[in-house]
Amino acid sequence: MHLTDHSATDLLALLNSGQVKAVEVCQAYLARIERRDRAVKAFLQVNAAAALARAEQIDRRRREKQPLGPLAGLPVALKDVLCTEGELTTCGSRMLESFRPPYDATVVARLKAADAVLIGKTNMDEFAMGGSNENSAFFPTHNPWDLDRVPGGSSGGSAACVAARMAPLAVGSDTGGSIRCPAGLCGISGMKPTYGRVSRYGLVAFASSLDQIGPFGQTAEDCALLLEVLAGHDPKDSTSIDRPVPKYSQTIRQPLQGLRLGLVREHFGDGLDGDVESSVREAVRVYQSLGATVREVSLPHSNYAVATYYIIAPCEASSNLARYDGVHYGYRSGISPLPLGEGQGVRATRIWTVAANHPHPNPLPKGEETDRADNALVQMYRRSRAEGFGAEVKRRIMLGTYALSAGYYEAYYQKALKVRRLIRQDFDRAFEEVDLIVGPVTPTPAFKLGERIDDPLAMYLFDLYTVGANLTGIPGMSIPCGFSAAGLPIGLHLQAPPFEEERLLRGAYMFQQATDWHTKKPELEEEN
Amino acid sequence: MSAPYTIIIGLEVHVQLLTESKMFCSCSTKFGAPPNTQTCPVCIGMPGSLPVMNRKAFELALKTAVALNCEIPRFTKWDRKNYYYPDLPKGYQISQFDLPMSHDGWLEIETKPLSPLPVGEGSGVRAANSRVTRPHPNSLPEGEGIVSSSTTKRIGIIRAHLEEDAGKSMHDEVAGKADSRIDLNRAGTPLLEIVSQPDLRSPAEAKTYLTELKLLLNYLGVSDCNMQEGSLRVDANINLHIDTPQGRIATPIVEVKNMNSFRAVERALAFEAERQYRQWQETGHKLGEVPKSTRGWDEGSQTTREQRAKEESSDYRYFPDPDLLPVTITTEEVERVRASLGELPAALRARLEQTYGIAAYDSDVLVNQGRLLVDYYFRVAKTCGDGKTASNWMQQDVLRWLNEHQVDIGQYPVAAETLGELLAKVRGGAFDTSRGRQVLAAMLESRLSLGDAIRQVGIEEVGESAVIELCRQLLQANPKIVAEVRDGKPKGIGALIGQAKKKNPNVNPARVREICLEMIQKGEV
Ligand SMILES: [Zn+2]
Repeated sequence: MHLTDHSATDLLALLNSGQVKAVEVCQAYLARIERRDRAVKAFLQVNAAAALARAEQIDRRRREKQPLGPLAGLPVALKDVLCTEGELTTCGSRMLESFRPPYDATVVARLKAADAVLIGKTNMDEFAMGGSNENSAFFPTHNPWDLDRVPGGSSGGSAACVAARMAPLAVGSDTGGSIRCPAGLCGISGMKPTYGRVSRYGLVAFASSLDQIGPFGQTAEDCALLLEVLAGHDPKDSTSIDRPVPKYSQTIRQPLQGLRLGLVREHFGDGLDGDVESSVREAVRVYQSLGATVREVSLPHSNYAVATYYIIAPCEASSNLARYDGVHYGYRSGISPLPLGEGQGVRATRIWTVAANHPHPNPLPKGEETDRADNALVQMYRRSRAEGFGAEVKRRIMLGTYALSAGYYEAYYQKALKVRRLIRQDFDRAFEEVDLIVGPVTPTPAFKLGERIDDPLAMYLFDLYTVGANLTGIPGMSIPCGFSAAGLPIGLHLQAPPFEEERLLRGAYMFQQATDWHTKKPELEEEN
Repeated sequence: MSAPYTIIIGLEVHVQLLTESKMFCSCSTKFGAPPNTQTCPVCIGMPGSLPVMNRKAFELALKTAVALNCEIPRFTKWDRKNYYYPDLPKGYQISQFDLPMSHDGWLEIETKPLSPLPVGEGSGVRAANSRVTRPHPNSLPEGEGIVSSSTTKRIGIIRAHLEEDAGKSMHDEVAGKADSRIDLNRAGTPLLEIVSQPDLRSPAEAKTYLTELKLLLNYLGVSDCNMQEGSLRVDANINLHIDTPQGRIATPIVEVKNMNSFRAVERALAFEAERQYRQWQETGHKLGEVPKSTRGWDEGSQTTREQRAKEESSDYRYFPDPDLLPVTITTEEVERVRASLGELPAALRARLEQTYGIAAYDSDVLVNQGRLLVDYYFRVAKTCGDGKTASNWMQQDVLRWLNEHQVDIGQYPVAAETLGELLAKVRGGAFDTSRGRQVLAAMLESRLSLGDAIRQVGIEEVGESAVIELCRQLLQANPKIVAEVRDGKPKGIGALIGQAKKKNPNVNPARVREICLEMIQKGEV
C-alpha cells in the first residue's frame, strides 16, 4: 500500500509509532502533487520547501522526545481563503493576487500549534462564490474521478486534493454548501460544523453570518481528527461560541443506539437524479440494517431556502467586499501587472502603499464620466473593481447592493431574515422527532466543466439541499454513499442539531464501518 | 433688538471616549503618533479580520447616556453604514442605526431668553427654575443697564449612540503632485454621537449647551473634549421660523460643519441665521422646497460656504453587522452606572450655593473649573471655616495665578489646607487681607511654608498692651478727631488707623478701631 493511500488516522498512527517519518510522508505527498496536480489543478500554491523543513523539524523533535502536537507530521492543505502570515492568500481572485496577510487565521495558528505540515493553498471559486470552482480567476480545478468534470465548489481544490490523495487532510469553508458539495462530488468526507464552533478570524469573509470553516478527509474519523484541532472558542471572533470541544476522535467509535433518521419529504422531488436517489435510499437501508429507525420529516419552507440564501449572502457579501477598492486592499487599476497568464499572477507580490488619487496611466477621456460624482477617485474605485472582480462576484455584489438599498431593504433583506427564522423553526421541529436528517447532498453527481457556466440559476439551485444548514447554523456532513452509472461519486448528506458534531461523526462512522465507499479512490492516468 | 425670526438649532456632537484602546481592537488611541503606527489588521479592515467590542468604551458611553437622562434600551445592536471613502478602510463604518444604545434624554442649561418665546413652540423650556437670579457681570449686553434674569431650560437629546471613527485624509498638493495620504491611527477610535433636539434658540444658547455638555463629560471623566485634537466635534443644523402675514414659515435646514471652537460655533450660527434670513428675503425658499445643504465655516472670512457634496445622495444601506453580537443591558447594570456617576455639575452648583452660602455666579465659576478645583475649594472652605471667604480667594487669587501660569489646580503650589489656615488667620484678625495676600505671594514665589512666609513678610504679633498704648498716643495727638467722633462723625478713625499702621505695620487695623472707639466712649482721653 502506498503511503498516500492511508487515511490520516492510520498515517498518524504510523508517524506516532515511528514506522514512518514526517519527511517521508511529506515527500510522498509532494511527489504525488508533482505527478497529479498538472491534471487536477487543485493547488494555487505548493510550499514544498517550507513543508519539508517543517517535517524535518518535527522528526527532530520526535527524536529528541520533545512534546508534539496532535497532528504532528500530517500534511494539511488550506483553502486559499484562509490568511497565512507572509504568504499569498488570493481567495481565487485577481483582486487579491498579491495579498500577503501579516497574520495567521486562528485555524492556521491552531494547525501550526498542532504540528501539522501546511503543504499548500488550494484553488477555489473567487471569494468562495460558486459551486464548481470554475469561478477561480486563475484556472478551474478538475474532478479527479473525471477530469472533464467539476470538483464542486467553492472548496473544490481542497476536496480534489484529498480525493486525488495529494493531501490526507484539507481545510475548507462552507457558506451554502462549499464543503459538503465538493466532498460529495469528489467522493470524500467533509463537514460544515455549527456556526460559531470554529473561529472565523482570518477567514476572508464572503457572508459573515453563514461562513464556517470545516475539515475534509477520506473518512469521518479523519474529519474528527482535524475538527478537534480547528474547533474551539476564539476571543478574536465575537460569534465563536465558548463551549468545550468534545474529543471527537475518541468518541467516534461509539455507535448511536436507537438512532432515529429523518428523510426530508421535500428533498425527494423534481430535479433529483435517479442514481443519486437510489444511492441515498440504499444508504438509508444500510442504517436500518444497523438498527436505525427511519421516518419522513417535513421542512415546509425548504422551497424558499435558496431564494433566502441568495438574498442574505449577497447582501453581506456586498458590504464585506467593499474594502477591495484599490485604495487599501487588492488590485488597483493601472498599477497591477496585467494581463495574467494561467497561474502566473499568483506569484506576483506587491503590497500597496496607502495612497489615493494616483493619476491613472490611462485616464478616461473627458466626457466618459458616468455622472457628476465620477471624479478621479471614483473612477479609480470603479475601474479597479471592474477589472479586479470576476463576473459571479460582481453579480452578487450587485444583487446585495440592490437588496440593501433604501426602498428595497424591507422587501428583500428583512423578509429574507423572517424566512430564515421560519426555516430554523422547521429544523427545530424536525429534530424533535429525529436525531439526524439524511438526504442527498447535491441533486446530481458532478457535471461537466463549462456545462452550467452561463446558467447562474441552475448553479444556485445546486445548493438546494445544503443552504439550509448555513441559514440555520446547524452542522452538516457529506460522506460517500455510492457511484452513478457513469462512475461518479455520490454523497450522503447528514445534518444534526446545533453543536451535535459528535453525533454527526458517530453516525458517519457507523455507516463507514458497514460500507467501503469511502475507501474508493480515483485511478488517474499518471499512475499507470 | 428683537429679530424678525426665531432661530431653530440642533447640534450633533461627536465625542471621542477616553479609552486606552480602540472600539473593536486593542490598538492605542493616543493622539499624535506617526501615521499608521497605531494600527492592526482589525482597525485597518484587513481581509479576514473581525471586530470585538471594547467593553470599556461601552461602559463610558453608558455612563454618559445615563448622565444625559437618556432611556437605555435593554437590547442594542451594531449596524454597518456602507459608503466609500479612502479613510474608511472597510468600506463601511460600524455604527448604530435603528436601535441605538440610548435615546430620549435631556441636558439642563442656564439660559437668558433674548425675546419671549411663544408657548408650545416645541422649545425645550419645561420648567422655569425658582433659583436665584444669576447676574453674569461679564456677559451683560453692551449698553443694557438692567440685569436680565436667567432660567434653566432642558435641551432634549434625541439619541446618543456609539460608533467607530474613520481615519484621516491628508491632501498634499505640493508642486503638482496630487497625492492624498491616509493616516489610519484614528480609524476605529470609539466615538459617542450625541444628537440634540432642535431645542436651541440662539447661537449663545448653542454655546451654553456645548459648554455645559463639555463640563458634564469632564466631570464624568469620559472624554478629554479636546477640540484641537478632534476629540470633540460639532455639527449644527439650523433654520429659521419667520412670522409672515401668511403665517409662520420655516426656512430650509442647513447643516454647518468645520467649526473648531465653541466660539466658532456661536459665530457660524449667528452668521448663518442672518444669511438664511437674507436668502429667504431674496428667494422666498421654504423648508422642503430645496434639498438640505451643507455649509462649512471659514474662520478666515468668518463666513459659511457651500460644501461640495461627497455623494450626490447618500443611501448608506444600513444593515446589522453580522460580525458582532447584539448587546443586552440589564436594569441592574444601568442602576449600577447611575450610582457611580458621582455629583454632576448641576447638583454641585446647588450644593455650593446652599451649603456654602455663595452666590450663583460664584458657584458657576468654581464648578466650571472642574471637579478637582471644586474639591480644592471644599478643603479650603473647611479649614478656614467660611465658604464665602474661600470663594473670594479662589476666584481673585488662586484662579488668577492658574490663568497666569496656564496650569491646572493640580499644579498649584499651595496646599488647600495651608491656604485655609492662612484665611483662618485673616478672618481671626491676625492680619488683614492685604498682608494675607503678601503672605500668599511669598508662599507662591519662594515656596515657603506658611510660618516662614509670615515671618518673611515681617508679621509679628503685637501684644494687646502695646496696641492700647499706641492708640492712647494717637488719640492724645489728635484731639480734633476725638471731638468729631464724640459728635457722631466716626470717619476720622480711618486716619488714625493709617497712622497706627505707619508706626507698627503689624497692628491689626480692626483692633485699633475697636480700642480707639472704646477709649473715646469711656472718656479715657
Ligand atoms: Zn487596531
